[in-house]
Amino acid sequence: MKPFWLGLCGLSSLVYSGLLHADTLGEVRKRGVLRCGVSQGLAGFSSPDKSGQWQGLDVDVCRGVAAAVLGDASKVKYRALSAKERLTALQSGEIDVLSRNTTWTFQRDSQLGVDFAGVTYYDGQGFMVGKKLGVKSAKDLNGATICAQLGTTTELNLADYFRSLSMQYKLVTFEKNDEVVAAYDAGRCDVLTADRSGLYADRTKLKKPDEHTILPEIISKEPLGPAVRHGDNKWADVVRWTLFAMLEAEELKVDSKNIEAMKKSPNPAVRRLIGLEGDLGKNLGLSADWAFRVVKQVGNYREAYDRNVGKDSPLKIDRGLNALWSEGGLQYAMPFR
Amino acid sequence: MLSSARQRRSFMIQLLVALSVATGLLYLLHNTATNLAERGIASGFDFLSRPAGFDIAFSLIPFGEGASFARAFWVGVTNTLFVAGISMLVATAVGLAVALLRLSHNPLFKLLGGTYVEIARNIPLLLHLFFWYFAVLRNLPGPRQSLDFAGLVFLNIRGLYVPFPEERAAMIWLLLLFVLGLFLGHLLRGRAVRLRVTQGRFPWWHLLPYGIPLFLPGVFLLATAGSWTFRVPELQGFNFSGGLQLIPELVALVLALGLYTAAFVGEIIRAGIQSVPKGQREAAGALGLSRFDTLRLIILPQALRVVLPPLTSQYLNVTKNSSLAAAIAFPDLVLVFAGTALNVTGQAVEIMAMTMLVYLVISLSISYLIHCFQMRVLRYDM
Repeated sequence: MKPFWLGLCGLSSLVYSGLLHADTLGEVRKRGVLRCGVSQGLAGFSSPDKSGQWQGLDVDVCRGVAAAVLGDASKVKYRALSAKERLTALQSGEIDVLSRNTTWTFQRDSQLGVDFAGVTYYDGQGFMVGKKLGVKSAKDLNGATICAQLGTTTELNLADYFRSLSMQYKLVTFEKNDEVVAAYDAGRCDVLTADRSGLYADRTKLKKPDEHTILPEIISKEPLGPAVRHGDNKWADVVRWTLFAMLEAEELKVDSKNIEAMKKSPNPAVRRLIGLEGDLGKNLGLSADWAFRVVKQVGNYREAYDRNVGKDSPLKIDRGLNALWSEGGLQYAMPFR
Repeated sequence: MLSSARQRRSFMIQLLVALSVATGLLYLLHNTATNLAERGIASGFDFLSRPAGFDIAFSLIPFGEGASFARAFWVGVTNTLFVAGISMLVATAVGLAVALLRLSHNPLFKLLGGTYVEIARNIPLLLHLFFWYFAVLRNLPGPRQSLDFAGLVFLNIRGLYVPFPEERAAMIWLLLLFVLGLFLGHLLRGRAVRLRVTQGRFPWWHLLPYGIPLFLPGVFLLATAGSWTFRVPELQGFNFSGGLQLIPELVALVLALGLYTAAFVGEIIRAGIQSVPKGQREAAGALGLSRFDTLRLIILPQALRVVLPPLTSQYLNVTKNSSLAAAIAFPDLVLVFAGTALNVTGQAVEIMAMTMLVYLVISLSISYLIHCFQMRVLRYDM
């Protein structure tokens, strides 16, 4: 009888300890590695390259957090998650941060126990069709068969759009993005719908990329950003200000190549960012040169954007809404003071 | 009532164990609810009345704009039952054929049956599914180059299109009347047989019960078919419209499930038939019964007793294996509810509990039905 009661007490203490322990920062430090949730392969955002190393804009955000907290951008363990399981994995504590092209929506923010720590990429949903169909606008898609990924805002926006235009469509959904693209390529459906950045990435994987066109309509707002668990404000601050550090560095024209030289800069904003003045790191629970490490090891936002989705990548998406606020876009880092 | 000290002690221990298990369960439930609330995750079943916001590719019941999550749940349940039901029929029919093939004296038939069984049951079901969906059905032509059968039936990568009346509700009534007719016919025939046993000859209406399953729907058809609009599928814009569309996901799932399970069912039936003592067949031969009549009247009824318990397991397997539909985008309960709805609402605990409950209820119902059949008709002493 005794071992039974001991076991029950032990089990309950384990369970209760999980409740009170909302200190992800401490846990990550103790563990020595950051657990990052990424996609199962979306070019430009998170996909493994030929040697198995994860690359992408979302990956770079995780690497930035690892550089800030652990001092080394490579101390990240990536977990590939489908759209179905991504939020459950974050809620249950399997990962520390979800950086997986996840849209910041009201419902996710309020009902799922997660908080969004910023916007990595301002995106919107679009459509891709074969040029042979002769369709010039999304308004001509009445009665089409549409492929989408299961369990994403894509399905919901699609239903809303077609309902508002009183058009019909037939839906085919798959769990993995690769399956969706394969179905579209084989002709199972007429139209592929996803976030536009995803469409550009997927087009490179098609058998004949030139025979497909991306329609001009953007039918939704898709602000993609990293998510953390609700109730852990300190950790949310760390992730949020890591992203802002990359944006601030671009604004101040500090990048991974000139940051060593910038140590001699008289500009107080630069000195605060790099950690030579002020005690910004201490308030986050990090060392003073946390932002220095982020920019040196991962780069500023422009470098990350260009090498993953911009002019130095196969996708070549221009900055558009993701340019800095001072250059006509929406990316805006809060003041570093 | 006298109970010994031993009995009382045993009762107390069992009561104590039952109470601690119940306490443990309640504790787990309370803990889950507290944890969810603590983390700000919504809980409760209110989400079921909210509009789902997504569309479903295949549905037997109407699922339109603004339909709720509860309706999506029922679409998932009906789709699962539909697929499982058809697969069970296919599996039983093909299984019976395979069993008879393996039992025949013709060496070619034996080889055919044997090869089929060994290939079908030794390859995992998921691979069957991928084979039918990706290797076979994916290679059909696009809508504009559909395979055309007499201008009425069209086959392409988007599915099989057959002419069908617009009034779906009427078709369901037709099906229900047919099933009712089968049931009534069975009852009436039982009565006719009882009358023959007591009175020595069949009553004048003893052949009618065979016609009832056709008669009832027939009357319904005559009464209403005039007002039906039969639609032949025609290519309009992107796809065919009108008529009935059987999506390739459904066909692939039924083929894979049916043919995979048929191998197992075939072996079970073969074992059942072989379990009937040789003397029965010899006696039937001595009475002058043909091979087919022997099979129908003597062998199969006796084989049924042996066949039913393992067959129940196979039917339960079909139901549970239908959840693999998620791998090929067929909207069954797992894909629609535990997939899309789960992701949209994030309420993993409630949704998974409901899904598991559905499968449990379906499985228990099937085994209960067959159990009843065994007790009353076959008079098992269990």
